[in-house]
Amino acid sequence: MPERRLGNEELAERLGCEASWILESSGIAERRIAGAGESVVEMGVAAGRAAGWESGAGKPGLILVSSGTGENRFPGPAAEIALGLGWPGVPAIDLPLASAGAVFGVALGSSLAAQFGDVLVIATEKMSSVTDPADRNTSILFGDGAAACVISRDGAGLEILDSALHSEGTWAGDIQLPLTGTLRMNGLSVIMQASRKLPAVISEVLTRNGIGAGEVGAFLMHQANQNLINRVAKAAGVPAERFYSNIRRYGNTSSASMLIAASEWFEQAPPAEGEVVCFAGFGAGLHWGAVVARRVAG
Amino acid sequence: MSNPDRIAKVIQNVSRQEVAPDPEESLFDSGYLDSFALTDMVTELEKEFGVSIPDSDLSPRRFETVAKIEAYLESLGK
Repeated sequence: MPERRLGNEELAERLGCEASWILESSGIAERRIAGAGESVVEMGVAAGRAAGWESGAGKPGLILVSSGTGENRFPGPAAEIALGLGWPGVPAIDLPLASAGAVFGVALGSSLAAQFGDVLVIATEKMSSVTDPADRNTSILFGDGAAACVISRDGAGLEILDSALHSEGTWAGDIQLPLTGTLRMNGLSVIMQASRKLPAVISEVLTRNGIGAGEVGAFLMHQANQNLINRVAKAAGVPAERFYSNIRRYGNTSSASMLIAASEWFEQAPPAEGEVVCFAGFGAGLHWGAVVARRVAG
Repeated sequence: MSNPDRIAKVIQNVSRQEVAPDPEESLFDSGYLDSFALTDMVTELEKEFGVSIPDSDLSPRRFETVAKIEAYLESLGK
């Protein structure tokens, strides 16, 4: 995570609103802001290194990089991140899906690992570079950051059991980053769709695997808004505490948020063997999905 | 109770406002509904009228006024 912290007091002064309103409407107290020298590529490389993966520590067969905030129309940051990690020549694919990118990356990685071997999934976002600092509807929500995970054909950690992915273009105009200008979002529409689609896709993947929501030890969801997380928990019929949340400290870091949350959760409360975990994400497109996994020994 | 009255009651319940909205008043501009209250309202309308509203119909504009909600529910046979 970038070092610079942007708290609600500072933001409220800039926007001409109350700091308490920002916290109440979003559940966010502060967010991290990348400096001019901290690019999407640099944060992605740092996340790959933090995951213990760089040249000399093994070599992945494939790298998937989720980012909706790359500096170029093309190429995306994947190839430069691979280079930065010391792996020129390793195929690196961009997933410019915005907020749902990480859950898509994990789901695709679990399938592609059979063909490519170890898959490094990185999500890296510099939302501060695409948000209008004077727009109180968006600038209060977003922050910057990156995270990574490795998906192997075998080994310890979490065994991915299944995934469900969906896309629906009807609402494409309701959250988008045009070629010029800043992020545009119709919050009314996006929240309404997310409130329906996230519980539905979580139920879909759990039901297909004969797992009740109450049997899931932790839900690791895209950190969009604390109120949304609470509503998804309510719809799933589980206590909100079962949904790991760090949005108060980081805000919405788009696709990076799910893996940042997973990284922190795994460090703070490592799951017991056999514990079921459910990942979920939703974002522009619309794209949304869920992944169910179980802790295996090791 | 008429459909507009039932709709207004649902809106009052989710927005916790004592005064019923006017039929043509924007529920968003007047502060009755924010994004989460809108979602709650749709869920409560489903319960109140015994209908299932598909995600494809979840355009905020469709639910912007009591009159528009009434017209939409009428299209569902209510």
